[in-house]
Amino acid sequence: MNLQQDSRQNIEPEHVPLPGHDVPWVVRARQSAFERFAAHGFPTRREEEWKYTDVSAIGKRASLKPAPPDPTSDAAALILFRDSGHLMVFVDGHYSGELSAAGELPAGVRLASLADMLNEAADLPEAFFDQLHEHTIFAALNNAFATGGAVLNLAPGTVLDAPVYLLFIASGQGAAIYPRNIVIAGEGASATVIEHYLGVIDAHNFTDVVTQISLGAGAQLQHCKLVQEGSGAFHVAGIHAEQAADSRFVSHSFVLGGRLTRNDITSSLNEPGCLCTLNGLYLLDGKQHVDHHTRIDHIAPSGISREYYRGIMNGESRGVFNGKLLVHPGAVKTDAHQANHNLLLSRQACVDTKPQLEILADDVKCTHGATVGQLNDDSLFYLRSRGVDAALARSLLIYGFANDIIEKVGVPDLRARIRHLVLERLPQGGQIKVML
Amino acid sequence: MLTIKNLHAQINGKEILRGIDLNIRAGEVHAIMGPNGSGKSTLAQLLAGREGYQVSAGSVDYLGRDLLAMMPEERAREGVFLAFQYPVEIPGVSNALFLKTSLNSIRKHHGLTELDAMDFLHLLRDKMKLVGMDESFLSRAVNEGFSGGEKKRNEILQLAVLEPRLAILDETDSGLDIDALKLIADGINGMRNPERAIVLVTHYQRLLNYIVPDVVHVLSQGRIVKSGGAELALELEQHGYGWVEAEYAARNAAQER
Repeated sequence: MNLQQDSRQNIEPEHVPLPGHDVPWVVRARQSAFERFAAHGFPTRREEEWKYTDVSAIGKRASLKPAPPDPTSDAAALILFRDSGHLMVFVDGHYSGELSAAGELPAGVRLASLADMLNEAADLPEAFFDQLHEHTIFAALNNAFATGGAVLNLAPGTVLDAPVYLLFIASGQGAAIYPRNIVIAGEGASATVIEHYLGVIDAHNFTDVVTQISLGAGAQLQHCKLVQEGSGAFHVAGIHAEQAADSRFVSHSFVLGGRLTRNDITSSLNEPGCLCTLNGLYLLDGKQHVDHHTRIDHIAPSGISREYYRGIMNGESRGVFNGKLLVHPGAVKTDAHQANHNLLLSRQACVDTKPQLEILADDVKCTHGATVGQLNDDSLFYLRSRGVDAALARSLLIYGFANDIIEKVGVPDLRARIRHLVLERLPQGGQIKVML
Repeated sequence: MLTIKNLHAQINGKEILRGIDLNIRAGEVHAIMGPNGSGKSTLAQLLAGREGYQVSAGSVDYLGRDLLAMMPEERAREGVFLAFQYPVEIPGVSNALFLKTSLNSIRKHHGLTELDAMDFLHLLRDKMKLVGMDESFLSRAVNEGFSGGEKKRNEILQLAVLEPRLAILDETDSGLDIDALKLIADGINGMRNPERAIVLVTHYQRLLNYIVPDVVHVLSQGRIVKSGGAELALELEQHGYGWVEAEYAARNAAQER
C-alpha cells in the first residue's frame, strides 16, 4: 500500500545512498529488512498491538523515501542546549558535524554517528541490526533505511557525567527520517542520554527511529526522550533495552508535539537484581494522537520495575497507554508497580488505557492502577479560596499533574526546559512561569 | 464587618442552615461551637464561596458588599480567608509556588506590585518561623504527605502570609496534640488586631483555653441557639450541648404560646 506512492524501484535500499553501502552484512541486512517490510506493509487496526492507532495516513501523507542531506537547512537556530553535555545534531536523520559539539569524552567512551561507526568498526552494530527481527515492521523499515543516529559505547567502569544530547531536527521537507541509536554500557558504566526530536512548526515528515540499549552488569543508564515534532508529523519509535545483573535503566518519555506519535518502549530484565523505571507524560491538543506501548519482561529473580505514565488530553486528541508486564517463570521476588493517570480536559478528547499483567511466577508483588478523570473540584476551590482566579487555578492544577512526572527527570536543564514547554501550552502558563 | 441575616441554606434539598443571624465587628474573635452536624462547617464553607449550597433566604453583608454575590477568589482578594478542616493536597505544586501565586493574585487586585523571588522568600521565612515550620516545606507539594498537624500548620502559615481581614478557622484544632495546638494558638493570637476579625469554628473548648474569644455562639440544627462570653465555652465543656438546646426549645415554645 505504501509502496504505491514511492514505487518500489524508487526506494529500494540499493537505489538510495545509505551508510554502510560497502559493508556486505549491512547491504544484506537492509535488503532482507526491506523485503520483510514490502511483504507485510504497515500494520492495520486488526492487529491487536495497533488496535487504537491507525497508521494508514503515514503512507498517504508522507513519503517513505529517506530524506537527502540538506546542507542549506537553517537548523542551528533550533539548538537549545549547546553548552551542556555532549551534543550531536542530526538534520533529517543525517549527522551534522558542523552543528555538533561532542566535547571531550573520558577514556573508554566512544561516541560516533552510525555512519562513522559503520566505517570504522562495522562489526559493532551488526548484532543490533540482527536483533530486530522480533520487533515491529517499523523496526524493519528502520533497518532498511537507517541513515544516522548515534552510537555510544561505554567501556566497563566508565562514567559519563554530562548528558549525551542527541538532537534530531526535521527541517520540514516532508520526507522520511530514519535515525538509529545504539547505546552499549559495559559493566558498571553509567551515562545519561537525551533524544530530542524537534520539527519546524508545520512539518509533516515521518520519523521512524529505533534505539537499542544494552546494559552490562551494574551499569546505569538514564534515557530521556522529548518529542516536539511539527504539527503534521508522524513519529514512530522503538526503544529497546536489555539488562544484565543489577543494572538500572530509567526511561523518561515526553510527547508534546506531532500529529501522531507511537512509542514502543521495552526492557528485558535478563539477570537478577535489575531495576527498571519507565516514566512518561503526554500533553495533547487538537487532533494529536499519542500511543505508548510499554513492555517489561521480568525474566530473572529480584527485579524491581516502576512505571509512571500520565496523560493530559485537550481538544479532540487521543491518548493510548498499553502497559505490558510479564513475570516469567522463575522470576521470583519480582516487585513491580505500574500507574497510568489521565486528565481529560474536553468532551471530545479520549484515552484508552490498558494495563496488561501476565504473572507466571510465585512470590511476587505486582500492583497497577489506571485512572481517567477531570480536574478535581475540591482542589479548584482550595486555590480559588486563596485568591487565585479559576482559569489560573486550572492551569496550576494541570501543571502540578504534569510536574509530578517532570520532577523525576535527573537532568536539571532538561527538567526546566520541559516545565517551560508544558507551561507554554497552558492558557495561564505564562503567569505561572514567572513565579517559578 | 460581617453581618449575616436570617441565612437559610440547603444541600441537595436538605436544609442545613435554618436562619442564622450573626454580627461580627473588626477586632473581635468569635467562637462558633456546636455538636456534629449542627451546620458549623457548612456555614464556614458557604462564607468562603464553596459551590453546591443553595441559599434560599437571608443575606450576608461583608464590608458593605453582598458577599454571596462574589466569586470565591473575589472574596479571598477582599480579605476573607478560610482555614480548611481538611486541607486539600495539590500534587506537583510546591508550597512556595502556591503561596506566591496566591499572595500575588491578592496584591495585584489591590494594585500592589507583585513580590519578586527574594522579597517573597524573606517574607516567607519570617512567617514560617512564626508557625514553627521547617523551610523544607517550601519545596514540598502543597499538603502532600503532610501529617494532620503539618496540614493545619500550613493553613496557619497561609493565614499569616495572606493577612486577611476576616479569618474563619474550621476545626483547626482537630487532630492536634497539645504542643501543636499551643503553637497554632500562638500563631493565631499573633494575628489578632483591631482591623481583623477571627471566627473559630470548633467542636471542643480546648482551643479556647489558648485563644480567648470575645463572643461564643452555640449552633444547633442550623440555628444559633445561644450566644455569650468566653465563660459559655466552659459551661459547654462541663455540661454538653443538651441543656442549651433544651433551653432554646423551651424559649421558642414560650414565644409560640
